[in-house]
Amino acid sequence: MAANPGTPVGLNPNGRRARNAKAKRDATEARLAPLSPPEGPVWAADARAEALERVRAMGLPARSDEYWRYTDPSTLTGQGAPSAAPLGGDEGQVFGEVDALRIVFVDGVFDPGASGDLTVEGVEIARLADAADIHWARGLYGALEAAGQDPVDRPLAAFNTAFATDGVLIRATGRAARPIHLVYRHEDATSDAVLHHVVRVEEGAEVTVLETGPAAARFNKCLEVDVADRAAFHHVRAQGRDHDRRAATAMFARLGAEATYKSFTLTVNGVLTRNEHVVELSGDDAVAHVAGAAVGDGATGRFHHDDTVFVTHDAERCESRQVFKKVLRNGARGVFQGKILVREGAQKTDGYQISQSLLLDDDSQFLAKPELEIYADDVVCSHGSTSGAIDGTALFYLRSRGVPAEDAADLLTLAFLAEALEEIDDDALAADLRDRLAEWLTRRR
Amino acid sequence: MLEITNLHAALEEDGKPILKGVDLTVEDGKVHAIMGPNGSGKSTLSYVLAGRDGYEVTEGTAILGGEDVLGMEPEERAAGGLFLAFQYPVEIPGVGNMTFLRTAVNAQRKARGQEEMSSTDFLKLVREKARELDIDADMLKRPVNVGFSGGEKKRNEILQMAMLEPRMCVLDETDSGLDVDAMKLVAQGVNALREAGRSFLVITHYQRLLDHIRPDVVHIMADGRIVKTGGPELALEVENNGYSDILAEVA
Ligand SMILES: Nc1ncnc2c1ncn2[C@@H]1O[C@H](COP(=O)(O)OP(=O)(O)OP(=O)(O)O)[C@@H](O)[C@H]1O
Ligand SMILES: [Mg+2]
Repeated sequence: MAANPGTPVGLNPNGRRARNAKAKRDATEARLAPLSPPEGPVWAADARAEALERVRAMGLPARSDEYWRYTDPSTLTGQGAPSAAPLGGDEGQVFGEVDALRIVFVDGVFDPGASGDLTVEGVEIARLADAADIHWARGLYGALEAAGQDPVDRPLAAFNTAFATDGVLIRATGRAARPIHLVYRHEDATSDAVLHHVVRVEEGAEVTVLETGPAAARFNKCLEVDVADRAAFHHVRAQGRDHDRRAATAMFARLGAEATYKSFTLTVNGVLTRNEHVVELSGDDAVAHVAGAAVGDGATGRFHHDDTVFVTHDAERCESRQVFKKVLRNGARGVFQGKILVREGAQKTDGYQISQSLLLDDDSQFLAKPELEIYADDVVCSHGSTSGAIDGTALFYLRSRGVPAEDAADLLTLAFLAEALEEIDDDALAADLRDRLAEWLTRRR
Repeated sequence: MLEITNLHAALEEDGKPILKGVDLTVEDGKVHAIMGPNGSGKSTLSYVLAGRDGYEVTEGTAILGGEDVLGMEPEERAAGGLFLAFQYPVEIPGVGNMTFLRTAVNAQRKARGQEEMSSTDFLKLVREKARELDIDADMLKRPVNVGFSGGEKKRNEILQMAMLEPRMCVLDETDSGLDVDAMKLVAQGVNALREAGRSFLVITHYQRLLDHIRPDVVHIMADGRIVKTGGPELALEVENNGYSDILAEVA
């Protein structure tokens, strides 16, 4: 290589930072240039404009960002979605047996024919695209996302607030008579969907939201959940199994006193998934459980799965739990970045975090970055992270009883994931996912 | 019938020989016992028969039902009727005991070209066998061997054996860790399975168990070989005098 006659900027960290910042600004402006704010309710316009400013100020994520060190965001931020073929097949709808209001989006576009009437007893439901001018979601849309930008930038979520074409606004005023099931179908190999949902669970109310399906070749989804005092929010999702689909999702939750928030995500396949979760326990005695199970096979395309979780305790006697399990094979890659922040005064906090990976071969990789940051003195917080292979002794024990090696490995894999599935309160939902997982593991062969 | 001929096996890791020419034939319907000092290779023999990783068979054969099992996968040996009750039964968190049993029973049936057992038939059978071994419903619901006491684990091994109905049962120190009553239960479980077509190889250190499970033949294993074979009286001799006389005599 020829010697560089000028200043060796490459060796100067300030110089590199400045260049990175400029590159980022340029990339962000290039991405934003062809876009214009989508149509929608007037009341959301201000929130969208502010979100756009946030995106500009932060810049879209780049690999050089600390928060994106383990996950390359370039295909999430670039112009246009890389192509992803829908999986097809004859599998029945996940949670198809559950009596729920189904709201269907095909490649991010609401499908009224496939959806039920937007009515559930105990709940007000509207589409973002046609919500009335005076709406309860005004002042909430984008607000939790904006609050969740501190202390870590989440530009893809701000981008979502600015450009989401549709979404569902759910306000539970009582005990919802049945779950609301958001069904995301994927048909177009290059679809690029941006959806933004807002949920407000009023004092003492309770609602369950289910999400299933791949949604699009590339899916950016934001879900803001405001859980008032003594209210409960349950969330179970199964992300789509299309091998090449990409998803960047963000959930922002704020919990009042004695509120309950429980979320579980199952991810099987998908070339790239980044699931962010930002939870703020702001009322005393609130409980938040966030869990996930991911299964990826690098041989069927690639598989990169990233769970990034940030739980803030800002009130007394709150409990938070993070349980994440991944099964990785054939060069699949798993990432977990999980943080518990306990603010000053958040005494008697009970915080727990575990992330574990089962690596089915030497090519697969699990990167974990667990963090605790505690500013209160009377708290119990623990975290742990492990990765390992299938237990050879257990495998032999099963085989010695006549169970073929592959079935034995599947059984042990399911057993490993079981601890995460146990986080689902509803037995029927958990059983549906467990049965499917068993089937998907077998089908691979 | 199990016919072991000149079986040599070494540790895969460092090539250290453990079994140094085992010759042993267990006829149909018979109960053979193996006794021998610690480290003589009894468990190794049972693992090599069952097909555990980590051992290399360097010489010899083990014929069960006309076929040499040593080249088979562990699950094929099981389907062929070989059963090993482990000296240290394995805990499997997350796999329910019932699921485990049903998976094993049906896998073996499938391998033999039989139909799967219906869940009602299966449940009925498990309950019946469990009752005989004083295994309560709670133990069946729990994950395999997790949180089981030493004795419960051993009884669970016998339950598996009763469900799988193998033709060749190898019991590795199934009596260790059992209290007197549990040992009687286990012995009853084994005796209930004794029949013309089924053979047993019972590894034990104590005459106690052999009072309940009367062996037809007793072998003494030392340094990777069967060094002496005799009738039940051989076990009594070991009980009274230890191994030194026998080992001196064959040296
Ligand atoms: N996987 C292994 N790694 C290292 N050494 C082994 C292994 N398996 C067996 N051995 C060695 O082989 C010898 C025989 O062990 P084995 O467990 O078969 O003895 P045993 O007769 O069953 O003894 P015990 O009566 O104490 O159960 C011992 O010296 C043991 O340390
Ligand atoms: Mg032993």
